[in-house]
Amino acid sequence: MGLVDILNYEFVQRAILAGMLIAAISSILGVFLVLRRFSLIGDGLAHITFGSVAVVMLIGVSPAYITLAALPLVMLSSLAILKLTHSRRIHGDAAIGIVSSLGIATGIILAGLSGGYNLDLFSYLFGNILTVTQTELWLSFIVFLTTVATVVIFYNDFFAITFDEELAQTMGIKTKRINVLLFLLTAVAAVLAMKVAGIMLVSAMLILPPLTALQLSMNFKKTIIAAACFSILSVICGIVLAFLLNLPAGGTIVIFNIGFLLLISGAKKIWPLPR
Amino acid sequence: MPMNVINVDNLTFCYNGLEAISNISFTVKRGDYLGVAGPNGSGKSTLIKNILGILKPQKGNINIFGQPLIFFHQWDRIGYLPQRISSLNNHFPGTVEEIVQLGMKKRNAIALKRTLEMMGIAHLANRLIGELSYGEQQRTILARALISQPDLLIFDEPTTALDPETREIFYSLTSEMNRTYDTTIILVTHDTGIIGKYARNLLYLDKKVIFYGTFEDFCTSPDMAGFFGSTSQHMICHQHDKTENNV
Repeated sequence: MGLVDILNYEFVQRAILAGMLIAAISSILGVFLVLRRFSLIGDGLAHITFGSVAVVMLIGVSPAYITLAALPLVMLSSLAILKLTHSRRIHGDAAIGIVSSLGIATGIILAGLSGGYNLDLFSYLFGNILTVTQTELWLSFIVFLTTVATVVIFYNDFFAITFDEELAQTMGIKTKRINVLLFLLTAVAAVLAMKVAGIMLVSAMLILPPLTALQLSMNFKKTIIAAACFSILSVICGIVLAFLLNLPAGGTIVIFNIGFLLLISGAKKIWPLPR
Repeated sequence: MPMNVINVDNLTFCYNGLEAISNISFTVKRGDYLGVAGPNGSGKSTLIKNILGILKPQKGNINIFGQPLIFFHQWDRIGYLPQRISSLNNHFPGTVEEIVQLGMKKRNAIALKRTLEMMGIAHLANRLIGELSYGEQQRTILARALISQPDLLIFDEPTTALDPETREIFYSLTSEMNRTYDTTIILVTHDTGIIGKYARNLLYLDKKVIFYGTFEDFCTSPDMAGFFGSTSQHMICHQHDKTENNV
């Protein structure tokens, strides 16, 4: 089966389109998260997503709307992480740990209690972009537009806060408002990325493309664009290869992400960038 | 009569219930050069963070340019140089040019060029900040504080890791800004010698105000001679006298 034949399948078209949108969303937000040392928030929110999916499954939400239904809980949890992160008694990584443990524990208990939907729930651990629904494609499109618009409108504020939050505050930037925006968008990105890569690999979607782009030592805007490009390329290559070789798409996409990171890091060592 | 740039009244701030500063009151007028000194842990940085709205005091009031802090929005009138950029990593993808214009609503190419040249970093404009030496990074952050030609400059231990030559350039520049443009300056340092050399007023803290007044008052105060020891007091005052005579 050739590449053109693969692209004729409607579900593959939908998967690639949704995958590209989600890749762009997670990598754009990932640049801010990685630089602010919130890399592990993806892991934390993914675990929360697991708990949230368990809750909405228990309520009996239709499988087509599970992603949408899980969103409010994950968004609330992201705000809880933000609140705890700014507590003087708890460090950011510990805050993520607390909320993430709560999410995974809730998921496991609910799965154990109901018994009947364990298989469905555990399928979210590994994700499957090829099963993306029309609703999820629309959701991805809306979130992509929201993310790009937010970053463009508040670019100066996001840049200043990423450089130094305290310094940004002294410039009159409403840092709390920008943090809330970043964390809420990240929560949505984590839920969507779960569909692409699975709960186990959500943080890879947020971390790897920005890390690859940072190797290129470009300015801030170019770094964001490069991260999105690497992420989108990984998704396209990953989906096509997964389909051709009958591999899990999530894992294949992440392997491509790691491949690009190693390739760029290696190339940089052999041919250092001119100054 | 010069207007009050900052008015701090009975300010108290606690970390986890422990008082970091207690009942601090002082006033800074337009054109003042105030040195804030005190030992480590005396509350100098806490005081500055309260003034800048980074920390919220438990008690007391702060007015900036005649407005209560909560209603103050003209942050471009204040330039702040922190002790260090805590989150700065070597891979931060921001160029010197981007950092200097941080937080500016409108780009101003002329102001950017002037500030970069004044700080001697024009040749580094397109370099990433993470690739620079600490001294160059500090000059970049100082350029950011100066670009909007603020009415008030606040420096928190600004020269800790600078070499003596750059340190001297930094203090000469701030003195010139103070004299030429009447820019109000608050300089926080534990180095009382530096304050003696450049500042006109001194606020000495040790969780509470130990001394607040002019250097002339400080140098003639028997209480301060008792607190610092007459030798230390004399050394600080000698630096001040030397500079006053040179100006």
